[in-house]
Amino acid sequence: MNFTLKIWRQKDAKSKGEFKTYKVENISADTSFLEMLDILNNDLIHKNEEPVAFDHDCREGICGMCSLHIDGLAHGPGQAATTCQIYMRKFKDGATITIEPWRSAAFPVIKDLVVDRSAYDKILQAGGYTSVRTGSVPDAHCMPVSQADAEESMDAAACIGCGACAATCKNGSAMLFVAARVSSLAKLPQGRVEGARRAKAMVAKMDALGFGNCTNTGACQSECPKSISIAHIARLNREFLAAKLED
Amino acid sequence: MAFKLDAKIPAGALDQKWSNHKAAIKVVSPANKRKLDIIIIGTGLGGASAAASLGELGYNVKVFCIQDSPRRAHSIAAQGGINAAKNYQNDNDSVYRLFYDTIKGGDYRAREANVYRMAEVSNLIIDQCVAQGVPFAREYGGLLANRSFGGAQVSRTFYARGQTGQQLLLGAYSALNKEVANGSVKTYPRHEMLDIVIENGEAKGIIARNLINGQIERFGAHAVVLATGGYGNVFFLSTNAMASNGSAMMQCYRKGAGIANPCFTQIHPTCIPVHGTQQSKLTLMSESLRNDGRIWVPKKLEDVKAIRAGKLQPSDIKEEDRDYYLERRYPAFGNLVPRDVASRAAKERCDAGFGVNETGLAVYLDFKTAIARLGKEVIKKRYGNLFDMYEEITNVSPYEQPMQIFPAVHYTMGGIWVDYNLMTTIPGLYAIGECNFSDHGANRLGASALMQGLADGYFVLPYTIGDYLSHKIQAPKVDTTTKAFDDAEKAVKAKIEKLMSIKGQQSVDDIHKKLGHIMWENVGMARTKESLNKAIVEIQALRKEFWKDVKVVGRENDFNVELEKALRLADFLELGELIARDALNREESCGGHFRVEHQTEESEAKRDDENFVYAAVWEYKGEDQVPELTKEPLNFEFVHPAQRNYKD
Repeated sequence: MNFTLKIWRQKDAKSKGEFKTYKVENISADTSFLEMLDILNNDLIHKNEEPVAFDHDCREGICGMCSLHIDGLAHGPGQAATTCQIYMRKFKDGATITIEPWRSAAFPVIKDLVVDRSAYDKILQAGGYTSVRTGSVPDAHCMPVSQADAEESMDAAACIGCGACAATCKNGSAMLFVAARVSSLAKLPQGRVEGARRAKAMVAKMDALGFGNCTNTGACQSECPKSISIAHIARLNREFLAAKLED
Repeated sequence: MAFKLDAKIPAGALDQKWSNHKAAIKVVSPANKRKLDIIIIGTGLGGASAAASLGELGYNVKVFCIQDSPRRAHSIAAQGGINAAKNYQNDNDSVYRLFYDTIKGGDYRAREANVYRMAEVSNLIIDQCVAQGVPFAREYGGLLANRSFGGAQVSRTFYARGQTGQQLLLGAYSALNKEVANGSVKTYPRHEMLDIVIENGEAKGIIARNLINGQIERFGAHAVVLATGGYGNVFFLSTNAMASNGSAMMQCYRKGAGIANPCFTQIHPTCIPVHGTQQSKLTLMSESLRNDGRIWVPKKLEDVKAIRAGKLQPSDIKEEDRDYYLERRYPAFGNLVPRDVASRAAKERCDAGFGVNETGLAVYLDFKTAIARLGKEVIKKRYGNLFDMYEEITNVSPYEQPMQIFPAVHYTMGGIWVDYNLMTTIPGLYAIGECNFSDHGANRLGASALMQGLADGYFVLPYTIGDYLSHKIQAPKVDTTTKAFDDAEKAVKAKIEKLMSIKGQQSVDDIHKKLGHIMWENVGMARTKESLNKAIVEIQALRKEFWKDVKVVGRENDFNVELEKALRLADFLELGELIARDALNREESCGGHFRVEHQTEESEAKRDDENFVYAAVWEYKGEDQVPELTKEPLNFEFVHPAQRNYKD
């Protein structure tokens, strides 16, 4: 298969970026999207050009490192998959593919397709944990959890922190990300203890970092590579309101 | 001068050693902990859990990772589960049984005392993770569920769907975040260690490269902890993350840390087969699939030919024409034999011509029987995400047709030599998790990597590091303007400059692929004296080629992935040779190390307990010099090494 790639190139955070056009040829349909970029980069290196910088690591859809806007979609075509799990058979032979970095004010570009997502770490540092010290914990079986609650907690905990939700949202909101952590812990007795404090602290941090608000468009849910439901946003809202009412 | 190795294994009965040791070692008072700095490299299960736990204790911790967030370390990709001796299934599990299975699974090449300690703290890990809010799978009664893994006849594996590593890492990462908020831990993402700094024989800090702007930075501490994972990417294609590397280990090796048993590499039996020459990464299919999946190839070669020609589908092959070769050869463990055994058995069938894809390098993992027995819904609930992932990659649904699988490099049991305190041969330098050699012998059992990482980070290192640091309470902050730091930084800069100035014809990946080919063909699943000698010569030549002909584009003071990769490959080119040398020295077959010359008549690995019951510890002797071997004898006081038997 042959493709024309329009790729966002940006020297560094301060420079202005632009689209550049490249051609890749003889790509097997079983090649992954990132392997296709590897092939392009190897060609560029042999032509003494700088390869396209992009984030990736596990290439199994779990580390959350890869982060490309492909043809206007976060993580490209296909449901519930990260960029690294997209295969070229998803594209038409001869297609022109546009590749951009995450577009979000809270995720500034570092270089080419690489962005700075440290804002997500900061939100979690504000309260995305249970305050238990190593060793000072009770036996695992002292708190039974219903299978339904454990499953729902796990649904939310599947978040890989890739940033697709905020990058896709027209408001640049990180609500789905925040909700996933809050909801996962809210469904477990271990997490309930600090529930109110957590919801307030994480939402406040999200606001302070420049993420927008949620207007329930649901774009985040449809682009989320882990299919995390906006029902968790409803739970976050409830947790947040209940906490505020207690104040 | 050879190493004088003292493993510092405490005296006493097996189940008393750790208690006795904890009682004997020194502790540091809270007021003094505040004055002590610790550097941790890596934020996987070992690094994140250690950073969080040491921060809680009051030490000043600096933790570094090459990813953009600590949460992305490669532990995140572990799928199947974590072992613990809770005996929740009432199936007669115990700390001793977990210890015994691990020692036996490792083919009697691990230290008894270390392994017993890991089994002993395994239950605490589960308690800890549950308290952090890790959503483990539960039964209807609300209590924790278990499943089985290879090499065990009990059900002791705790899991969170097929994402156990992710959930455990998010637990450790959340504890780390808590300590960042408390001010005791500072994180340095997108930073890569490029050298260890040694002063007066002790580890005093590191030189690191800021991967965003290429700046070379100095960091000092009273102790340095490596938690840098495994070196499987020396084979180019592996299930490891793309950036996983062995460089921190090699930097420390060149400064005096011993590397033990580097040839003990694990080839995982259930990976998606290689599809072409452009592939950059292999994908693992979790071992948990062997709970319900049955591995087979056709009995008749004509069926194999018909399948390869596309004239037959695997589902067309009748039951009596299928060779469930693991069940045939190992009736007692069946499809749940340890990984090394399952991988070799797959290779044996493929070598005999029964491989089921075009390249002849694939066998089937079939869920037909399980779907008939349990229904599609149950299978979907257990393995849905893995089945989806398989279909995404191969375009074949495992609900309809069996998966094709083949062994691939997955884990490295060998690593930096450590004593019982997890300290390396360099005082003040520790190694935890996969990057040390201590707990898995010649083969790791499934669901034990997560156990080891968290055991080391939560429950071992926070105790043992105090014994060393108790001697440092009078020591001032480490001065990073000394000659030792100057020299280390100069050497790092010179190396980078040299790499940038070669401007050769081959990209880093071009050369890395060549190294991977040499390693897989000659130092892979079947090793011979000839193949290993060949590998050593070829790697030496390739190393020269690299330093003459590599092309690193871009600038050094910039975000430059090619430079990162070149630095890592330079180390892999030394490590590959070391692995081959270790494999050549070990004239026996054990665990993941299979020497063709040493096998039984039934093609099983033939250990040599007369001559090789030791850890082979290698000492750096200078560039292009042959390293020196020191042996740490393994004393089996409590179990008696026997031929591993998974047949009855």
